[in-house]
Amino acid sequence: MLVDPDARILEGTSSRRAKEVAIKLVTQIAAALSLLVTIAIIGTLFYRAIDFVATLANPSEADVENAGVPLSLDLLWSNGQWAPRFTRFDIKTLVVGSLIVTAIAMMVAGPLGLGAAIYLSEYASSRARRFLKPILEVLAGIPSIVIAFFALRFISPQIVQRLFDTASQNLLAAGLGVGLLTIPLVASISEDALRSVPNSLREASAGMGARKMRTTLSVVTPAAVSGLVAAGIVGVSRAIGETMVVFLVAGGGGNSAQFTANPLEKGSTMTAAMASQASGSDNIITEIAAGSLYFVGAVLFVTTFLLNILADRIVRRYREKY
Amino acid sequence: MAFVSPIVSDKTRERTRQRVQDQLESNSKDWANSIFKWMLFLTLVFSLLVLMILLATVITGSYPLFSERIGSFLSNGFTTKSATRGVFQGLRGTFWIGICVICFAFPVGIAAAIYLEEYATDNWFNRLININIRNLAGVPSVVYGLLGLAVFVELFDGVVGVPTKTLGRTTIAGGLTLAVLSLPVVIITASEAIRAVPTPLRQAAFGVGATKSQVIRSHILPHAAPGIFTGSLLSLARALGEAAPLIVVGAVSGRLGPTTGLFDPSQLGERFTAMPMVITAFVGQPGEQWRPLASAAIVILLLVVLGFNVAAVLLRNRFEAKREG
Repeated sequence: MLVDPDARILEGTSSRRAKEVAIKLVTQIAAALSLLVTIAIIGTLFYRAIDFVATLANPSEADVENAGVPLSLDLLWSNGQWAPRFTRFDIKTLVVGSLIVTAIAMMVAGPLGLGAAIYLSEYASSRARRFLKPILEVLAGIPSIVIAFFALRFISPQIVQRLFDTASQNLLAAGLGVGLLTIPLVASISEDALRSVPNSLREASAGMGARKMRTTLSVVTPAAVSGLVAAGIVGVSRAIGETMVVFLVAGGGGNSAQFTANPLEKGSTMTAAMASQASGSDNIITEIAAGSLYFVGAVLFVTTFLLNILADRIVRRYREKY
Repeated sequence: MAFVSPIVSDKTRERTRQRVQDQLESNSKDWANSIFKWMLFLTLVFSLLVLMILLATVITGSYPLFSERIGSFLSNGFTTKSATRGVFQGLRGTFWIGICVICFAFPVGIAAAIYLEEYATDNWFNRLININIRNLAGVPSVVYGLLGLAVFVELFDGVVGVPTKTLGRTTIAGGLTLAVLSLPVVIITASEAIRAVPTPLRQAAFGVGATKSQVIRSHILPHAAPGIFTGSLLSLARALGEAAPLIVVGAVSGRLGPTTGLFDPSQLGERFTAMPMVITAFVGQPGEQWRPLASAAIVILLLVVLGFNVAAVLLRNRFEAKREG
């Protein structure tokens, strides 16, 4: 309650107050819009994914007639083939493909990203950092379609096909390409984790007579381990979600893929299957095949969502620690 | 005390002293340490090498085409022959998608960042928004494509453009999809820039009687502008390089309808393609004769995307120099 009449000046005029409230409201709505995006993603993905599964479980006569084959939930785990146009929905074809590509990608991005992060954080002088860091930043800025071209026209013929007897499209080349895309992300999160280790730990270690390598390996890296694990998880999440490289290089084009556990063969991943199906959408496809797009999308979303939440928790914990 | 025997004998002590002294005075190289350091350095060199090979591959690959017909490559649209095909429709699509991102993602993202940093108190709703934004930034881009397909494409089916012809798969649907995709990144980078504004600056402005909105407009935004601008440009560059969401939303990789000019807004209601889609089409063609087109289109896309990246960094440096000067 303002008693002093002069103090009322500070309250401002009612129009000025209304303006303040309005501005706050506008920014609040903008922030709330981000929630709406999530709700829209979850809503559309799950609504249609559940619809897809329900149709498989409980098909109407019209559905069966459209599909041309009997429908049942067994379709999601049999046939060893992903080909929605022919009502083949073996999801393990795509999940195993995604796992292979992600594993190869992390074999590339894990050591290279971590090594670069340790060098930048522990060894490089601030001058050197200024020159070296942009390498990773530029690499991070290269669109994935460009890496896809590189994987198909350089990595596959010049590296993979020289070492192994395989077709130009294979899961290995795709995994290597995805790995290149993941390096900058892993490096940047790892570097943050290493740099957040307090200097007193390094000084204590040096004071005990440990050399730089011993300090780095036995003191700094263990102290940052939760952040490094988070970097790995985010890297995995990014690799699973990468689309264009796998779409063009893995060989799952034409919207059909055979089950394979061999990285030298053609295969497909969840993301590539989605792109592949969508790019053929001008053709007439059955409703049930269209639903499979959202089903795969929902599986992909849940996977990356869980990984991101996990990484986020770990990162918060180590931030609190130091 | 008589019971205590010395822990180390004089002989051992002398030997240790000698070894420490040798270590300190020796010039011998610490090989394990050096090898470790160089191996770490090589991981960085590897990334650099990949970059160089990549750039060399596309630049040498595009050289024959650029030296022969750079003009027609930029101004021609879709044709079935590699000798006459150009990227004009891709450039036009990318231009309008960029406009959509600038018009929707930038204002909404920056406003959301202002709310989160300046207005939001620590309650469950604001915490939820924060967690949500971080998670959105990690959602695969192809999933945004599904969102665009389910929401924007169906929304614009019949509202903008001719429904039977476009099926809602219009430039604006693609542009809005990529705007939504860049939104979390814009919010996160803008939030960081606003958080970095020193508190005394706010207090000083409040102290002379400014209202909250005046403080934001006259002090916080100008101070945070370089950071906001850099982050926004980077997210724009990322959005323009995305192909996966556009495939799902239904960008065309082949023949397109009537040819409008580059700056004709009616393109927003038409079916569309974009540079990453054009490249996808070129890369996917089996014949050897399409390679130079793919390389040339990549060089153009890289010029745009890396150009934005460089511009962002340069502008940030310039702003910072100005503030200190």
